[in-house]
Amino acid sequence: MFETLARGAMLTAAHLLTGVRGVTVAPLPTSPCVYFGNHVSHGDFALIWAVLPPALRARTRPVAGADYWEKGTLRRYVGRKVVRAVLIEREREKRTVDPIAQMSEVLAGGESLIIFPEGTRNQTDATLLPFKSGLYHLGKSHRDLPLVPAWIDNLHRVLPKGELIPIPLLCTVHFGAPLTVAAGEDKDSFLQRARSALLAQRPAHIVEAS
Amino acid sequence: MSTTLRLFLGIFAVLGLASSIALGLRYTLAKGRPHAVIDNLIDRINAWWVMVALVALAFAFGKGGVIVLFALLSLLALREFVTLTYTRRSDHLALAMVFYVALPVQYGLIAIDWYGMYSIFIPVYGFLFLPIISALRADTTRFLDRIAEVQWALMLAVFCLSHVPALVTLQIPGFEGREILLIAFLVIVVQSSDVLQYVWGKLFGKHKVAPALSPSKTWEGLVGGVLSATLLGASLWWITPFTPLQAAGIAFAINLMGFFGGLVMSAIKRDHGVKDWGQLIAGHGGVLDRLDSVLFSAPVFFHIVRYGFTP
Repeated sequence: MFETLARGAMLTAAHLLTGVRGVTVAPLPTSPCVYFGNHVSHGDFALIWAVLPPALRARTRPVAGADYWEKGTLRRYVGRKVVRAVLIEREREKRTVDPIAQMSEVLAGGESLIIFPEGTRNQTDATLLPFKSGLYHLGKSHRDLPLVPAWIDNLHRVLPKGELIPIPLLCTVHFGAPLTVAAGEDKDSFLQRARSALLAQRPAHIVEAS
Repeated sequence: MSTTLRLFLGIFAVLGLASSIALGLRYTLAKGRPHAVIDNLIDRINAWWVMVALVALAFAFGKGGVIVLFALLSLLALREFVTLTYTRRSDHLALAMVFYVALPVQYGLIAIDWYGMYSIFIPVYGFLFLPIISALRADTTRFLDRIAEVQWALMLAVFCLSHVPALVTLQIPGFEGREILLIAFLVIVVQSSDVLQYVWGKLFGKHKVAPALSPSKTWEGLVGGVLSATLLGASLWWITPFTPLQAAGIAFAINLMGFFGGLVMSAIKRDHGVKDWGQLIAGHGGVLDRLDSVLFSAPVFFHIVRYGFTP
């Protein structure tokens, strides 16, 4: 009950602040899939959520770092109950369960995932950090799983690193055509291809520093 | 029946006529099938119903209603403008001040009718203090570009637009209690000019005014639209403190300003490589696409009335 209200409030805030719109080039998969996006803020997955049709949103869960979301009562509540995050251990040495197995279980249950393959929020001046290998392993163990690039545009300007007050700016989420891992494709070339596919969704009008 | 009520009934009648014509076209010309131009026309007219209803609602609340309405429009316009500008992390505090301090203060000054301050608050104090805030972050990359774009956003989306609700603070002898109709006159004349330029351009347009800026602006549309909207302005003299001749002259001036406003805003859009400022209003684009002509005509109209018609 309260979780539903909190979710609604979060989505309303996302819409009011960013007027977020989704832009698609192909219809979004209706079967379980993985949305992979660029990660610049804690609001990223909320924007993807906000633009998904309600029927898809209800069965799409973000994958997030357990180290962050297990810290403190409020975070644990928000992470587990409000956003129903799939919490994975990011540091290999501390792992007791395999993150790929965790994610596979959710997919098998008919739900989709949102993942951020950069592994952490990008707080650098680079457009997109190199990808971690999770996306590849996930795609390799589920050959038919659609991997949908989702470029989140402009959110880094709403609340840049180290700032406290978000400012209202228009954001868009650009979904690309789904990818799958090809037979015999190695890790590096797939990750390179996936990263390029995500970068290709950036709108052309972005004003870059000279 | 009050003038305001008659006016809105008239506008709703015009919209009703426009909707019937558009729907008629859908079933005769397009035979109910999708048709880019007619579908866009219907979207545009439907959006007009919503926009007129919002203005009517604001009018029902009087001075406070229009101040709140235009403050919200400023917020949306500012968001669209800043979205397309180049700013850096070091401008964040300056931008937060623009949204959360400059905008509410400007409309607050209008609410308390402090003319001397709301006329200079943004052009002088905003102008001086925003670059100070950005400079304190010691990031010199494209510094002048960044602060200039923020200044432009604030001047257009907040300062210029706030001159619309400021009209209700003008005290014109013999016109007391009807000041809100000045807003109706400005908005109806300038928006009709946009619509009539579109219609004349679609029907007779051949010679482009500024092909590099806007493919849809033609001399035929400009002359026909501005002149017919000027006639419309003259015919609305009864809602204003003006004589019919004065109403025509003033309508002509604000229509020209509106046209040039559209031209300037098109140049900015072209420079940023976009067709529309946003997608908020179906068929029209963003709030700025709809208000570009009002932004440029509002301060001129305000000053004509203030210096010509108040003691």
